[in-house]
Amino acid sequence: MRVITVAGPPSVGKTSVVLKTAQALGERAGRIGVVKFDALATSDDAVYARAGLPVVAGLSGGLCPDHFFVSNIDDCLDWARRQGIDLLIAESAGLCNRCSPHLQAALGVCVVDTLSGVHTPRKIGPMLKLADLVVITKGDIVSQAEREVFAFNVQAASPQARLLAFNGITGQGAVELGHHFARAPEVERLEGSRLRFSMPAAVCPYCIGETSIGREHQRGNVRKMPFPEAAP
Amino acid sequence: MTESPHPAALWPAPSGQSRPDGDEGAVLASLTLLGGHDKDGRPERLHLRLHPGDILCIVGPTGSGKSRLLADLECLAQADTPSGRRVLVNGAAPDADWRFGAHRHLIAQVSQNMNFVVDLTVEAFLALHAACRRVAAPERVAAEVLACANALAGEPFRADTALTQLSGGQSRALMIADTALLSASPVVLIDEIENAGIDRGKALALLTAHDKIVLVSTHDPILALMGGRRLVVGNGAVRAVIETSAAERAFLARLQRLDAELMDIRRRLRAGEAIDGGKAPAWMP
Ligand SMILES: Nc1ncnc2c1ncn2[C@@H]1O[C@H](COP(=O)(O)OP(=O)(O)OP(=O)(O)O)[C@@H](O)[C@H]1O
Ligand SMILES: Nc1nc2c(ncn2[C@@H]2O[C@H](COP(=O)(O)OP(=O)(O)O)[C@@H](O)[C@H]2O)c(=O)[nH]1
Ligand SMILES: [Mg+2]
Ligand SMILES: [Mg+2]
Ligand SMILES: [Zn+2]
Ligand SMILES: [Zn+2]
Repeated sequence: MRVITVAGPPSVGKTSVVLKTAQALGERAGRIGVVKFDALATSDDAVYARAGLPVVAGLSGGLCPDHFFVSNIDDCLDWARRQGIDLLIAESAGLCNRCSPHLQAALGVCVVDTLSGVHTPRKIGPMLKLADLVVITKGDIVSQAEREVFAFNVQAASPQARLLAFNGITGQGAVELGHHFARAPEVERLEGSRLRFSMPAAVCPYCIGETSIGREHQRGNVRKMPFPEAAP
Repeated sequence: MTESPHPAALWPAPSGQSRPDGDEGAVLASLTLLGGHDKDGRPERLHLRLHPGDILCIVGPTGSGKSRLLADLECLAQADTPSGRRVLVNGAAPDADWRFGAHRHLIAQVSQNMNFVVDLTVEAFLALHAACRRVAAPERVAAEVLACANALAGEPFRADTALTQLSGGQSRALMIADTALLSASPVVLIDEIENAGIDRGKALALLTAHDKIVLVSTHDPILALMGGRRLVVGNGAVRAVIETSAAERAFLARLQRLDAELMDIRRRLRAGEAIDGGKAPAWMP
């Protein structure tokens, strides 16, 4: 089975990109299935189902969706195998910009949109930095000049990645992305395989449900901000 | 018609490998568009070769497939888009690895849906773009782009204007000047810029002066006659390729005078003048 992780900030166009690419691929890469990871709610599963793609959604609730992803991805592969899926796409919401779902054994795709501003690529962490492919959406509504500056900054943040322009509405770019999807590495099991980047330590009381504010509740892994003071 | 063999410096690079970001040294000698089929699947007879400096206009009713044709060029279609067209670069089909990788510097676009969204002043942004392009004197080039844009726009704007504050016409003017002077792409696709109120003749001249291949989809008769050739599109296919004739060029000059008169009336109305019927040009009823 080929496995592809698709990560990116909310509303950049991940679902649109996956749908258009699946359409462009047709039968060529075999049966395509999707797992969608999100924190609180998602309607993407319905969107994928409407497009005729087998889909499961995982809601991480109080956990970071990427943490939740690693703990469940092997089960997703088992599900996909039972469904006769040849190409499994994992869409994850990438909410914290610090985690990254990309796996050493799978094709890692990061989706970013040009509307987010020319400096944004620097602020997106390992999910961009360690991607194999960076898909850049929404170029249709910004100037050519901004596209070029944006692409330049993406390449600076992620020197090894291939960049690909994509219009999530018309599907321009879907043939190209399909070409890469169809050649994603084959993965049998992920057990023993590794994440490309460690997830951040999450061991403070707030990680596990604490809601009270104040020093006495701040235990475990706590970091305090420095405040440079100007002379009054 | 036979295609010429690859010239010495190529687009893609002779090695066929993806190249570093700059693309310097890559030369586009020609772009060829080969027919596919119309919306009903009937074959499209088309073998069109474009060279640097060419202006090709695309005309046809709404929904006839003008934007589709531009999109086919943008993705270097290989019979894998709804129209079934194919695009050759320097006479050859680009190999998949190159087509799906390093070609993003080949084609630039300006369309009516585009806006500047970044929160910077004109000069700061141009300096940033120039730095990305690694030009030797970013400030000088930025000033040049601004001057060119102001020559195209009706109402001049300053270097310290916020990009997002520019009017539609000023934005389009800046996009064209920037594409001509700062973009590495040898092909420029323009989709309907007629309503932007910029000097269309100057804009096309600026782009072709930088040896670009320019394709313009348009509903505007003046723009349609400015190209060396025009494609007539209907039902998703090119119906005819027409060279702009000497008679049409002469007629274009008349249209442009007419347009200038109209612009002048617009200017006078904008300036709060009353229109004096006696001053109306001779061709008016
Ligand atoms: N040869 C073709 N086969 C199938 N579909 C086509 C073909 N050519 C164009 N189309 C489709 O027809 C629709 C309308 O085409 P397009 O948007 O290019 O029209 P247009 O000429 O740009 O119209 P407008 O002047 O309104 O901008 C699009 O969905 C396009 O993909
Ligand atoms: N203009 C434009 N809109 C896009 C593009 N790609 C996606 N969108 C729109 O962006 C919104 C969010 O897209 P979606 O695929 O749900 O994003 P996700 O949250 O990352 O999965 C939708 O309204 C899409 O139609 C694009 O390339 N251009
Ligand atoms: Mg989504
Ligand atoms: Mg159109
Ligand atoms: Zn996280
Ligand atoms: Zn915590």
